[in-house]
Amino acid sequence: MLKKVLLLMLMTAFGLGMLAPAGAQTVVGVTATEIKIGNTNPYSGPASAYGTIGKVIGAYFKKVNEEGGVNGRKINYITYDDAYSPPKAVEMVRKLVEQDQVAALFQTLGTPTNSAIHKYVNQQKVPHLFVATGATKWNDPQHFPWTMGWQPNYQTEGKIYAQYIMKNFPDAKIGILYQNDDYGKDYRKGLHDGLGEANAKKMIVMEQTYEVTDPTIDSQIVNLKNSGANVFFNVTIPKFAVQAIKKAHDLGWKPAHFLNNVSSSLATVLKPAGVEASRGLITALYMKEITDPQWKSDKGYQDWVAFMKKYYPEGALDDQSNAFGYTVAHAMTQVLKQCGNDLSRENIMKQAASLKNVEFPLLLPGIKVNTSPTDHAPIEQEQLAKFDGERWATFGELYDASKK
Amino acid sequence: MPSRALRLGLVVVLAGAMVLPFVVTNFRLFQCAQVFIYAIALLGLNILIGYNGQFSLGHSAFYALGAYTTAIMIDQWSVPYGWTIPVAGLLCLIAGFLFGIPALRLEGLYLALATFALALAVPQILKYFEHWTGGSQGIVLSKPAAPKGVPLNPDQWLYFLTLFVLLVLLVLARNLLAGRTGRAIVAIRDNPIAAQAMGVNTALYKSLTFGVSAAYTGIAGALSALVIAFVAPDAFDVFLSITFLSGIVIGGLASISGAIFGALFIQFVPNWAQDISKAAPWAIYGVFLIGFMYVMPRGIAGAVRLGAARWWRRRAEPS
Repeated sequence: MLKKVLLLMLMTAFGLGMLAPAGAQTVVGVTATEIKIGNTNPYSGPASAYGTIGKVIGAYFKKVNEEGGVNGRKINYITYDDAYSPPKAVEMVRKLVEQDQVAALFQTLGTPTNSAIHKYVNQQKVPHLFVATGATKWNDPQHFPWTMGWQPNYQTEGKIYAQYIMKNFPDAKIGILYQNDDYGKDYRKGLHDGLGEANAKKMIVMEQTYEVTDPTIDSQIVNLKNSGANVFFNVTIPKFAVQAIKKAHDLGWKPAHFLNNVSSSLATVLKPAGVEASRGLITALYMKEITDPQWKSDKGYQDWVAFMKKYYPEGALDDQSNAFGYTVAHAMTQVLKQCGNDLSRENIMKQAASLKNVEFPLLLPGIKVNTSPTDHAPIEQEQLAKFDGERWATFGELYDASKK
Repeated sequence: MPSRALRLGLVVVLAGAMVLPFVVTNFRLFQCAQVFIYAIALLGLNILIGYNGQFSLGHSAFYALGAYTTAIMIDQWSVPYGWTIPVAGLLCLIAGFLFGIPALRLEGLYLALATFALALAVPQILKYFEHWTGGSQGIVLSKPAAPKGVPLNPDQWLYFLTLFVLLVLLVLARNLLAGRTGRAIVAIRDNPIAAQAMGVNTALYKSLTFGVSAAYTGIAGALSALVIAFVAPDAFDVFLSITFLSGIVIGGLASISGAIFGALFIQFVPNWAQDISKAAPWAIYGVFLIGFMYVMPRGIAGAVRLGAARWWRRRAEPS
């Protein structure tokens, strides 16, 4: 009796399955008055410090909406917490795509989280725009035509330093300190590739790593000093960058010190490490470093401060993430503007891939955003800068990765 | 409660579970599959903690081991995914059994700490064997499609697959715990000295229980790798272990149905908490946790059992 009932149930179930509708809708997430944009951010968990990016983006879209929206439509920005966990990111992104029916995904944050949804969003053909990660793989339009990166990737930055080193320190002895994960390894690979195999073998005298969970990196710095290195490539996140700069200074080690862009903040790195110890550091920038006094009277900076005070007063004014989110939200708004009245997913992707020489307020002067159907890396320019004890003084020409 | 009513209830629930995939969206099915996976993991942990009285904060490690077994077998050797699930279970059984042997010397809080260390170590170990595990980049898999000739989409297929595995493991767990072995396992929890005096080989039983528990959790991990179609070390941190622990306590310790209630809780309550307050979802979650503990001190399963018993008693007594 039980078996028969179950069998009957199964048959009805399969029968219903055949009847399930498979209709396709071309313009998803758009009505006459609004457009839905989906996002995930780590509002909790180990990377929750980045959660402010998701919030500042929401604040910027609020400003856009108050000023009339884009082409008469308000942006309905839906953002969920993924806690930086890949399974949670899959769940939340599926919720955005299948339940909330967003027109596009924007600025989903994190390398592991975006890796987990990469295939899915491309199968679903949902625009996956300006993802917030420095990994290299987002610029692969041939295999993943619906995904697009944003910031210059770590490998590019590593190459920039390599070129500078080869030109200015022909007999450099390079010591590298990097975080033992994909972020650190990408920078390391960029430097190696930039130097070329022969030079890398000759110049790099020592490589040291640390785990993000380590309490200090003092012994690594001592080792690097003892290796006789006269060029120090410092690939560390802010907490360890402060330690490295201080320790090198205390040891009296004075190499040419290249500090990765990740830790270029005056407020959270250079000042805590000490202005004297930080003097002479070299980094590569693509944004205005907002705690740098040289931008105090810059219009872009002042507009941003005014925006922060009005729309996101709880956000910190010395946190570069708030400038980052503000800038990338400009880019999303720009894409929607270019779409005009055709907000189909195809057209959103097409417009995102046809940004031509667009400039945004908090990018360094001269840095232009360019994309094309074969180039899904919006920002590919950076400029070297040296810390003169007060500010990052940019020097040399803009380096353009797309041209080299 | 009369067994006829219980059986009828089970048939209704099962029938509902069979029809569900054709009436709700794929996204909901995906969430249901996750509930089933969590339920399997919680079942495993409950056998260990609820029935056997051994603590573990390290089950995220076995979950990871299961997930990576499946991912590596598919990614490196192109093994059909169906085979990877029993392999993951077997591997975790052995790993759990071996870990259970030294754990015999540790009791209560000390065992909790030892397993905690396991949970802490695993994400880093996974990053170390980069050649196999893809390091912190993880491994991207393809979502398994239904076998040829079965008119189901991948989400419906995975729903039935995870449901099937859950049902098999539920029946196995019930049979294991209802018999002689189960009595021995519970006796060790209640009074290890008396159990030994009765002739129970406590060392063997404790290690075996650890192994079985790990195998359940490993199978859950393997299924999760298939459903998420991606594995990365960051997904298997200590927090996952604590989530499992809260799941079995909320669901009901030493209760088989408690695993399912607990799984529903850990899947859906964090989402509700986020809907209620974006600013402090974990504070809301905490309030839920405390509220549940206060209202249902023996877990949801305990409360359901108590409620049902009262209802039957009232019906039996003519008023």
